[in-house]
Amino acid sequence: MSEIVAGILILLSAFLSMAAGIGIVRFPDVLSRLHASTKPQILGVAAICVAIWLLNPSWGVASTLILVLGFQLMTQPMTAHMIGRAAYRTEYVRADLLIVDEIAEAVDAASAAEAAEAAEAAEAAEAAEAAEPQAPGEA
Amino acid sequence: MSFLMIVAVLAGVMFGIGALCAVYRIIRGPSILDRALAADVMLAIAICALGAEMAINHHTDTLPVLLVLAMFAIVGSISIARFMSKQDEA
Repeated sequence: MSEIVAGILILLSAFLSMAAGIGIVRFPDVLSRLHASTKPQILGVAAICVAIWLLNPSWGVASTLILVLGFQLMTQPMTAHMIGRAAYRTEYVRADLLIVDEIAEAVDAASAAEAAEAAEAAEAAEAAEAAEPQAPGEA
Repeated sequence: MSFLMIVAVLAGVMFGIGALCAVYRIIRGPSILDRALAADVMLAIAICALGAEMAINHHTDTLPVLLVLAMFAIVGSISIARFMSKQDEA
């Protein structure tokens, strides 16, 4: 019985790996490829871990598998987030494929604030320059 | 032919197709982020295939390899992503 369940889990993991491979070949830009590629990284590894435990049921194996799964769950979302962020900032995202682009508003607001700050700094520098020639006379 | 042997053949074919697709994407690009992503997929497939082999042959010899791969999978992609985002000043 446990052999059949483990076999089905192994097949699920293999299918997810194949789907990720086909997805990263056929999808058009980095973000949609990211969507396809994150499936075997979590669900595939989880299925394989359960399959290994079903066929080698001992505490030593279970603790190591929990560590493996824990590290996958901690690190893979970070990797996907960093790649998505880098893709957005370096213009490798096809904007015509996006339905909602919530980060664009934040980016626009941030660059507007930055431009205002720069203009203010330039004004302050000009004022300081205008005030400079009077300084020696006072002294 | 036992059930697990049939599973092994089917899973091997599917893992192989996935890995070949990842290699194709690593070669073709177009950007370095696509290549990092495909290398990540390749690593996930390697973890899954090692685990499947362990489950099918009823041994646990490569369990430490699995642990190390899961721990250090993060390094390559994150360093590439940090390198790519030039506007990041941190």
